[in-house]
Amino acid sequence: MVKLSLTEQQMLNGDFGKGTQTAMKIQVAIAEAFDAPYMVPISRAHVALSNQEADLWFVEKLVSQGAKCRIRPTVNPSFNWDQMGQITNLSSEDLNIVKRTDDAYKKIGALMTYDCTPYLQLNVPKVDDIISYSESSATPFVNSVYGAKTNRESAQSALCAAVTGVVPYYGYLMKENRKGEILVNVLAKMDSDFDFQLLGYVLPLKIGFKIPVFNFVNKKEKNNFSNASLMNLGAQMNTSGNVAIYHILGYTPEANTLEDAFQSNSIPEEIDITQEDLDSVRDKISAPIGKIDFALFGCPHLTFEQIQKVTKIIEGKKLAVPLFIMSSDPTMRLCEQMGILKIIEDAGGNIISNTCMDQPCWKFLYGKKGVTDSPKCAYYTKRRSMEFVITDLENATYSALEGEVTSDRKKQFV
Amino acid sequence: MTEKSNLFKCHKISEGKTSGEVLFSKDGICFYLIDPESGVVIERNHSLFGKSIANKILVFPNGTGSSVVQADGMYQLKMHNMGPKAMIVENADTTLVASSIIMEIPLVDKVDSGFNETVKNKDILEVNATDGEIKLVQKGE
Repeated sequence: MVKLSLTEQQMLNGDFGKGTQTAMKIQVAIAEAFDAPYMVPISRAHVALSNQEADLWFVEKLVSQGAKCRIRPTVNPSFNWDQMGQITNLSSEDLNIVKRTDDAYKKIGALMTYDCTPYLQLNVPKVDDIISYSESSATPFVNSVYGAKTNRESAQSALCAAVTGVVPYYGYLMKENRKGEILVNVLAKMDSDFDFQLLGYVLPLKIGFKIPVFNFVNKKEKNNFSNASLMNLGAQMNTSGNVAIYHILGYTPEANTLEDAFQSNSIPEEIDITQEDLDSVRDKISAPIGKIDFALFGCPHLTFEQIQKVTKIIEGKKLAVPLFIMSSDPTMRLCEQMGILKIIEDAGGNIISNTCMDQPCWKFLYGKKGVTDSPKCAYYTKRRSMEFVITDLENATYSALEGEVTSDRKKQFV
Repeated sequence: MTEKSNLFKCHKISEGKTSGEVLFSKDGICFYLIDPESGVVIERNHSLFGKSIANKILVFPNGTGSSVVQADGMYQLKMHNMGPKAMIVENADTTLVASSIIMEIPLVDKVDSGFNETVKNKDILEVNATDGEIKLVQKGE
């Protein structure tokens, strides 16, 4: 039985209102499921708002019971009804649900950041911070890259934590559960962010959900990883699998040495990952190359650096098919301020803020074939009858210029 | 069969009591990639692809998928009465646990050894998650 503090017990008894009571009841059930001994306070939260039925149902339920967040969470994207309304006709049903979701989250006290990469801009934890992060690509980033401590929360469990301000103490909050379980010698060169997408997708298929310690044997710069590569790695490991933390030998804070990473002198298991392993997974998950109707990037939201790469390729040219780049609002504003947004728009492309690919605003693309750099994007849109060729960001951008994906090989550009 | 070998202890995650037909899945389950109107698994390369999990006691190794879609998949199945009656999982993760508790679908883990050898698809089980017990009441075909 989980031991509660006086305040936590009062929350459970309903002394702080029904909404807080509901949240605490759920957390106590989670605590008991994982045999957590007690609760611990959190300093940050991120809720994977999704604007889906269950999401709206749950947040409205808490709001109707008077819940207010003690720790104000940032939230995931739904869709930007102003921007998308200029691109397509949004149904009144979809508009209704997206505004209801917005309203409910505002009422409960969330910060309406609408971004799936909060760890890069508006909700950045420090090492050893105990936090409650949902969003499957955010959880591994904050655990692995920052050394903050969170379980792989669901949208609902993170919202409960934001309301009560505490989480059950179990799982990845405890040091011993964060130790590496397998040494992954990556023999591929890993010279593009896209290789990290493929590595992330293939690894759980090879080793299950063990905590990997990556040793990038042939990577040129062993102390330089782009945000996009680390973001992609975590996002894809949680698409094909369920991996809340990883370590990179000599780079991430809990893996200075092998001994650090494994919390032991011995390495329990070891595996090699080759370029062929990466290529084989792409062939499996990508639609065949050929003509495309659109390009959709930003699952997770593209970083400023990624948008710059795209911009360099399309500057002064005209896109053959519509290009939609999903990103955070601060990144979009930065692009606007720096003239990058204008270059993209002049080529016929768009930056869309606050928006996720897994939203009903993309109905006008259903039944069509697109190109993307994200296996995650292609995976979840199976529900929405969209088909994707998956290739690296540069090649995907060239394909958008040509209206066709002609080659898997990355093209050289100046 | 003796009475003893029909009873399996387990660990409660999400409370509730129910009975129904067993369905084993070799692969992890992403509830979002199950058609909510039929309960049929639509994930290609999945061992249950094309099969319905509706009203089954679903036995599977783990949950897969993002922190969002698991709850929504379960919610939609529940609204259409096409969800599993109960779930028996090997490795429970937070997302699966929280979703089951919130959607009030019985879920247990840490089932006695011998369960996988004794129980087969189409057997009828009584799952009492609240008291941590699973009973094999009838062998299938």
